[in-house]
Amino acid sequence: MSKELIRLSNCTMAFDGDVVLDNINLYINDQEFLTLLGPSGCGKTTTLRIIGGFQTPTKGDVFFDGVRINDVPPHKRAINTVFQRYALFPHLNVFENIAFGLRIPKVDPETKRKVKLSEEEIHERVMEMLHVVNLNGFEKRSVSSLSGGQQQRVAIARALVNRPKVLLLDEPLGALDLRLRKDMQNELKRIQQAMGITFIYVTHDQEEALSMSDTVVVMDEGKIQQIGTPEDIYNEPKNAFVADFIGESNIIDGIMRADGVVEIFNRRFQCLDKGFEKDEPVDVVIRPEDVDIVDEAAGQLKGTVTNVTFKGMHYDIIVDFYGFKWLIQTTDFCPEGSHIGIKIDPDGFHVMKKSQYSGMFGDYSSYSEEYDEIGDATYDPEQEEDSREALDEEE
Amino acid sequence: MKKNKLSLFSIPYVIWMALFVVAPIIMVVIYAFTAAPPDGGFTLDNFARMGSYAVVFARSFKLALIATLVCLLIGYPVAYFMAKEGPSFQRVAMMIIMLPMWMNFLLRTYSWMAILEKNGFLNQFFSAIGLFNLINSIFGTDITYFKMIGTSGAVVLGMVYNYLPFMILPIYSVIIKLDHSLLEAARDLGANSAAVFRRVIFPLSLPGILSGVTMVFVPSVSTFAISRMMGGGTQMMLGDLIELQFLGGAYNPYLGSAIALVMMIIVVICMYVMNRFGEGEEEAMLL
Repeated sequence: MSKELIRLSNCTMAFDGDVVLDNINLYINDQEFLTLLGPSGCGKTTTLRIIGGFQTPTKGDVFFDGVRINDVPPHKRAINTVFQRYALFPHLNVFENIAFGLRIPKVDPETKRKVKLSEEEIHERVMEMLHVVNLNGFEKRSVSSLSGGQQQRVAIARALVNRPKVLLLDEPLGALDLRLRKDMQNELKRIQQAMGITFIYVTHDQEEALSMSDTVVVMDEGKIQQIGTPEDIYNEPKNAFVADFIGESNIIDGIMRADGVVEIFNRRFQCLDKGFEKDEPVDVVIRPEDVDIVDEAAGQLKGTVTNVTFKGMHYDIIVDFYGFKWLIQTTDFCPEGSHIGIKIDPDGFHVMKKSQYSGMFGDYSSYSEEYDEIGDATYDPEQEEDSREALDEEE
Repeated sequence: MKKNKLSLFSIPYVIWMALFVVAPIIMVVIYAFTAAPPDGGFTLDNFARMGSYAVVFARSFKLALIATLVCLLIGYPVAYFMAKEGPSFQRVAMMIIMLPMWMNFLLRTYSWMAILEKNGFLNQFFSAIGLFNLINSIFGTDITYFKMIGTSGAVVLGMVYNYLPFMILPIYSVIIKLDHSLLEAARDLGANSAAVFRRVIFPLSLPGILSGVTMVFVPSVSTFAISRMMGGGTQMMLGDLIELQFLGGAYNPYLGSAIALVMMIIVVICMYVMNRFGEGEEEAMLL
């Protein structure tokens, strides 16, 4: 349908032997909204910086429109970036910030001569862009007088005014509050569709990724874990990491007894998955919303409610099944300590092959790893991240 | 109430300022408008007589301006490249820049005299490598030394040597604090290295340049020891002139005060204009 615009081919990035990106293969189509999603330190920002030209991969090639661009510096790429903390020029007002790229003479590909835009043209394009990002009348304002959301828009306008083929966005909404973030998500999507530009978006927010993207690339530890549409990623996670990172998931050890038959807790259930070896150990993902609560007697599994949290739309309840804590979302109130039964439809089971992530996620004794880690004095969460960031800085 | 209590702490400082900053300035102003005894009383004579010192005024401002310019031309690149290097290099470089400042000022200037003198190190060195013989044989001249001490160049050298750190440090501290992502953003928007410097780094380092220029220009224009020692008495500057009026043979503190007052006003005007110019520069970038 659409044509390939950017290709990363066997890209590896290492800083002093510390591998940040491990043999990445990725192609990005023209006019696609692609999101690189993953926890901090997963390599998503490094991938973006390689595409932007701020870093050169240690190994592998980057292609743009079929041309290898490993050695093309950032200012010669038809790619613009919206930086994480906007990086607006404090000595320039809104108009001049947006006009920055337009004021730089460009080489005309035909005549090979540098051409400067006329003042009228610059004015026209800046004004047009201010209109696109809904900042009419702000041109004379100094950037320091703007709110975070407004600065964000200026940063987007400053990048888009150059009419790049690709726009890179590095966690652009991270500093905004929740409601504004949702509005900006819609607006970004609208701008992307209106202008027909390829967006490559970096975030650690799975909801953001799911709601905006055409394609989501889930990354961890410098590797691509899964590439797919938001629906694919959510409904058919490839491994326990993806299942856990995208939405809430109960991940249970299981055994595939036959096509369409999976066994957990020594009970066999009907499922839709096929193509596994007989008796192959697997990870089974059950989304909290796919579980129906029934009377204890009628349940396929029986458990005890250990925790109830009211969420407005529903209750988050933690249920202990034979020592394994599940998260279940239900609109029925079940008091703490009550015994319940559950039923799961065949399409509620998502069976995955065992991976290095098996057994790491999916038990809801606590919601996050970090919660367990912060209680452990010997674990230093900053350490990992800092060393990565420090390496990034060095470049 | 709380504010009042806190403001008590500022009283010693206010007294200090009143005694040692405001009062002396007032005294200088009064002296400047007072005739020398036995006449006494209000007069503008002190200012009228200043015309004969116009040469000294002109020389002072000219040399200070040249020294400031040279400091900027040397200091900016030093500060810029220092800020680009790693932290260990920066520590060593900072040490080397600061080290001479911890040495006594007079000693430093005497050392320069010893180097630049007629029989100083430099002339001896030139002589040893046969530079003078070479020049003499080519041009048919008969020189045995370069006259360095006692020239305006030597005075400028003395100023540059002594005040250069005051140019480097403020510029360095501004550049090192520049947000790296701004430079990346500029590159991203199509600027090559020269354009990044011209359109982002330089304008953002203007505050450092302004404070560096001020910190070099003001002591340079009022210096007296450097001009006396390096200028060999031929390069009288305002500082020397004022000193003469207070301590020297030409004893006339009234005239000295008037000169000091005029100098102060000119410096203030210069600073004001320059700061306006700096702002103008920033605004010009906006247009």
